Amino acid sequence: MKTAEEHWLYVISSKKKLIDFNFKEIWKYRDLLFLFVKRDIITLYKQTVLGPLWYLIQPLFTSLIFTLIFNNLADIPTGEGVPNFLFNLAGITSWNYFKDCLIGTSDTFKKNENIFGKVYFPRVIMPMSVVVSNLLKFGIQIGVFIGFYIYFIWFSSKSYSVSPNISLAFLPLLVILMALLGLGLGMIISSMTTKYRDLTFLVQFGVQLLMYGSAVMYPMSYFEKKLPNYYWLIEWNPIAIIVEAFRTMVFGTGELNSFKLIYAGITSCVIFLIGLVIFNKTEKSFIDTI
Amino acid sequence: MGSDIILKVEGVGKQYRLGLVGTGTISHDLNRWWNKIRGKEDPYLKVGETNIRIEKGDSQYVWAIKNINFEVKRGEVLGIVGKNGAGKSTLLKILSRVTGPSTGEIKTKGRIASLLEVGTGFHPEMTGRENIYLNGAILGMTKAEISDKIDEIIDFSGCLRYVDTPVKRYSSGMKVRLAFAVAAHLEPDILVVDEVLAVGDAEFQKKAIGKMQDISNSDGRTVLFVSHNMAAVKSLCTRCIVLENGESVFEGETDQAVDFYLNNSGSNSSEFSGIIQFNENDIGNHQVSLLEVKSYDKENRVRSTYFNNEDINIDIKVNIKESIKNSRFALIIETQNEEKAFVSASNNITNGELKKGGFTFTVVIPKNLLNNIEYNVFVSGAIPGKNYFFKPNKCFSIKIEDSKSKGYNFNEKWHGTVHPELKWSLKT
Repeated sequence: MKTAEEHWLYVISSKKKLIDFNFKEIWKYRDLLFLFVKRDIITLYKQTVLGPLWYLIQPLFTSLIFTLIFNNLADIPTGEGVPNFLFNLAGITSWNYFKDCLIGTSDTFKKNENIFGKVYFPRVIMPMSVVVSNLLKFGIQIGVFIGFYIYFIWFSSKSYSVSPNISLAFLPLLVILMALLGLGLGMIISSMTTKYRDLTFLVQFGVQLLMYGSAVMYPMSYFEKKLPNYYWLIEWNPIAIIVEAFRTMVFGTGELNSFKLIYAGITSCVIFLIGLVIFNKTEKSFIDTI
Repeated sequence: MGSDIILKVEGVGKQYRLGLVGTGTISHDLNRWWNKIRGKEDPYLKVGETNIRIEKGDSQYVWAIKNINFEVKRGEVLGIVGKNGAGKSTLLKILSRVTGPSTGEIKTKGRIASLLEVGTGFHPEMTGRENIYLNGAILGMTKAEISDKIDEIIDFSGCLRYVDTPVKRYSSGMKVRLAFAVAAHLEPDILVVDEVLAVGDAEFQKKAIGKMQDISNSDGRTVLFVSHNMAAVKSLCTRCIVLENGESVFEGETDQAVDFYLNNSGSNSSEFSGIIQFNENDIGNHQVSLLEVKSYDKENRVRSTYFNNEDINIDIKVNIKESIKNSRFALIIETQNEEKAFVSASNNITNGELKKGGFTFTVVIPKNLLNNIEYNVFVSGAIPGKNYFFKPNKCFSIKIEDSKSKGYNFNEKWHGTVHPELKWSLKT
């Protein structure tokens, strides 16, 4: 009898442990994760004429504009034998996934106040579902990228000398890093905004500024050549390293700095863990402050 | 038998900060953090005040609930009653893990699900079927569990024809039906029901209460029930907790708890004065205004407590400002559980024309009609089908005591809103 009494299914306590994850519980709710993903996908483009085509229009037009402004107008070189448009498309595709994860998760608490205020499930399911549904969008955009890649190499009148690097095999790992970094930052921001709304405004333009510091529309080597004094800003920016690594993998230009990549990997993981801890701490009481 | 206990609440409290979240917040947060890293207790946990809504307090912090302790056994239906702001919803929120407690611990051996969240997470663009899956998963079911029950759920909701139509095309009633159907097919060990559930049409309420009874009776599951409806509490609960200003003031048998709650909430006011006066034009319209209502005995003494073998006279004094026809004044007697005992109307004497001037209606509630309980007295005045002069207006409460005149000599509670003396005869 005594032992049975000690066997509680769970305990709701006022004392908060710093690290307190119930992975078993998250696993139990995995169906919910996929239902949220399904919801996001079926409802995103409801009552639009172009529907999922919007997935394609946005990166294509951005790449076009970037090519016009940064390559044709500002003469930023994109490396030997790499078509400008393709260079920009690669940068934007990888950047977009990170950005979507970050922005999509950064208002988790505010956006889901209604559900969270009424029913309990592991809150972390919500940002995780955002990351997974963005993965699908990323997949479609990668498909488009591959289409243009094939076009430029085999069907274009000019001869381009790009070919995928052997390290392409590590692409899934790179995608995971992007997701972790975006999710981690997003969770930190969403936790902070429950009390201090100022951060919502910061995210708006902060992400835009970050794009310029993340080697999306220029190769890192060019930045180093032009602005060596500020190079450290870009050099140690994990997302810049990831974007650059993505281009190296697909184009075979430049070389992969494995030390920097490991650094980016560790940073992403640390940010993700910090995000998880803060998020977990916030989820218990955010409904009182939001 | 300790193992029978499925839920244990130990010293649970919840503190809220009043006012706005603003610049002061960050300094308090910093102070809290500074204390924490030095290993000290949160300084603001000490300063909270008891949650008395009507008084102005000095502290910015307030305890919504404080030091709540109770245990629930498997299969028990526990009622939680209390006035507005007593802390019922806060307690439920903590139990359903929406928010964490500031102090104390809750231990449970079963899955807690609450019916607070009927329809939570419905997405208007998705079909009924898709929403059943989503809503079910939010409430903690797995996809396989929902698939097993989907036909049952659709059947229960009665929305078969619309199940593949987006929910935004549903009527609000259909949405509630669908949502409740999902919630009703959850199989939690502990079900938390808030009276919010009681919003809905009569059929829905009946279904909801019926389902709850099923759950507790046949399946032996535990239910926590929060309500202001004393009749429902009495019929459902086996045990009750009374909350007042965030503290548990009574715990025990349902009947005693309900009595305690009613006595404590009713006795402190002028409700039992037996007379109420209104200023001209306070209650009424341009045609009629209500001036005074009083109850008195055969010696013209105004009283609020009567024996059951006494006639109760009620005077309703009105001022008629323009002549009216086909009017109707009514006396409405309600129990403390807000059940109507009866309504009596003046049709017979007011069908004709009433001229301008002051009038007093006298109504006699005959002896041996009311039960030995407390009643609220309401009056209303209207031209039926046209307009109200004044809507049913609560005047005061009266209390009936047993005069031991009915052939039994011990105090006994009788069921029913009234306890009339009828003619009985006996033949061989």
